[in-house]
Amino acid sequence: MIEGFTALYIFMLAGFTGYEVISRVPVILHTPLMSGSNFVHGIVLVGAMVAMGHADTGMEKIIGFIGVMLAAGNAVGGYVVTERMLEMFKSSKGAK
Amino acid sequence: MGALIQLSYLVAAALFILGLKRMSSPVTARGGILWAGAGMVVATLITFFWPGMQNYVWMTLALLIGGGLAWYTGKKVAMTDMPQMIAIYNGMGGGAAAAIAAVELLRGEFHSSTFQILAVVGALIGSVAFSGSMVAFAKLQGIMKRSLVFKAQQVLNLLVFGGALVFGLMLMGADHPGGTAILAFFTLALVFGVMMTLPIGGADMPVVISLYNALTGLAVAFEGFVLSNAAMIIAGTVVGSAGTLLTQLMAKAMNRSLANVLFSGFGSGAGATAEAGPEGAMKEIDATDAAVMMAYAGKVIIVPGYGMAVAQAQHKVWEFAQLLESRDVTVKFAIHPVAGRMPGHMNVLLAEAGVPYDKIYDLEEINNEFPQADVALVIGANDVVNPVARSNPDSPIYGMPILDADKARNVIVVKRGKGKGFSGVENGLFFLDNTRMLYGDGQEVASKLIAEVKQL
Repeated sequence: MIEGFTALYIFMLAGFTGYEVISRVPVILHTPLMSGSNFVHGIVLVGAMVAMGHADTGMEKIIGFIGVMLAAGNAVGGYVVTERMLEMFKSSKGAK
Repeated sequence: MGALIQLSYLVAAALFILGLKRMSSPVTARGGILWAGAGMVVATLITFFWPGMQNYVWMTLALLIGGGLAWYTGKKVAMTDMPQMIAIYNGMGGGAAAAIAAVELLRGEFHSSTFQILAVVGALIGSVAFSGSMVAFAKLQGIMKRSLVFKAQQVLNLLVFGGALVFGLMLMGADHPGGTAILAFFTLALVFGVMMTLPIGGADMPVVISLYNALTGLAVAFEGFVLSNAAMIIAGTVVGSAGTLLTQLMAKAMNRSLANVLFSGFGSGAGATAEAGPEGAMKEIDATDAAVMMAYAGKVIIVPGYGMAVAQAQHKVWEFAQLLESRDVTVKFAIHPVAGRMPGHMNVLLAEAGVPYDKIYDLEEINNEFPQADVALVIGANDVVNPVARSNPDSPIYGMPILDADKARNVIVVKRGKGKGFSGVENGLFFLDNTRMLYGDGQEVASKLIAEVKQL
């Protein structure tokens, strides 16, 4: 169980980490990076699976099902498009 | 098993951060997404062993359907359509966060009231990101062409938001929230996401998508607290803060504040009507003359815009650039931060055509080189080279940093017709004395230029 101040510390440190990691990114990578960070919050899949795994009533199961489906779409789609974009970046020295 | 699951989540969170870090340089970016992907696989697989879970069959089915559809669409989508695809995948994440909250609220077994409050806040943010992203997708995809602006829109939006808040507060306080209140809350939250996005013009969509990306991250983090899932908290928060920074950078590149983007309804045609047309006339040039001008130039700067990508001309343009280089002409590509539909979108499109990234220059890097350039070749770009942004305080794009293409000795503008740009503002550059218009489809024009230069 993550409670109270421990939770706040995690929140604060992760916030700073995100800011620092991104702050040195060149403009040319902004689109892949937005896509990449979009992929990273696909981790919501893990939560959707847990929520669905504990669903009891029919309604809970249906919403859980939708949740897992959407989350899987976020994770897989985010990965595929980011990978496709980054694959294309080459330097003129490396390419020839 | 519990310790192993936590350890796997820790590894996943570390891989996400390292992956994002590696994505911040073009050299290591490819590896970055692989690292993050590995983290996702580890976290997903280990979650199947979470104690006391059921519904495995349906869960796997949902995973396969969602993942399969996303895999298929993600592989098929054209590079030009990337922004709306990111919007839709992002919206799905927001929807998933909202779904988690809905399940938890229905179960009504919160460990403390703090968790209950966080669940509701996360649900609100996630729902708005979900429905808002869907509208953003519809707009960029061209399904929804017009921005919907009507009287007292802000008031109505505020009312809807207020309604969602009231039901949200009810849910936060309720011991075992009722189904009706939950339904009303989610409906209002989803409607608010739609209404908030409707009046925003297509030109501002990138900023909005980026904002929703950050919001989804935040929603994921909040639901992570509810489920006591450290991987979700860390990954969500990292994306939340990184996304906020990215949103600010984009808004700054367009010289607009976030509030301005969200509440002004720019790009909907208002404001551009009263403007008087610039002085002078547009002067045409044909492909032969243009080819000669560039073939004997010392330095050519190519300014590509979204129009080039729409015409699928990037491959031909790069072929043309290589041809010029073989004649000892220095060729550089100048990219405005908001060229394309998102910051960096044009870089992706050029990369797809095979243009090495060290030939591509940012606004700050290239702007003082324009006066030394013999020719600035503007292909399918409009607003980002409009000098009106420097000179006319009444213009809606006044103050936006632009590429100083007008300072080059000669400017050749490749354009399909005489229409206005994405923002609907008349472009002063087209009427300058050193500007020549080369009308035609981007790809055809590039092919003609290649043929002409080859004949020289």
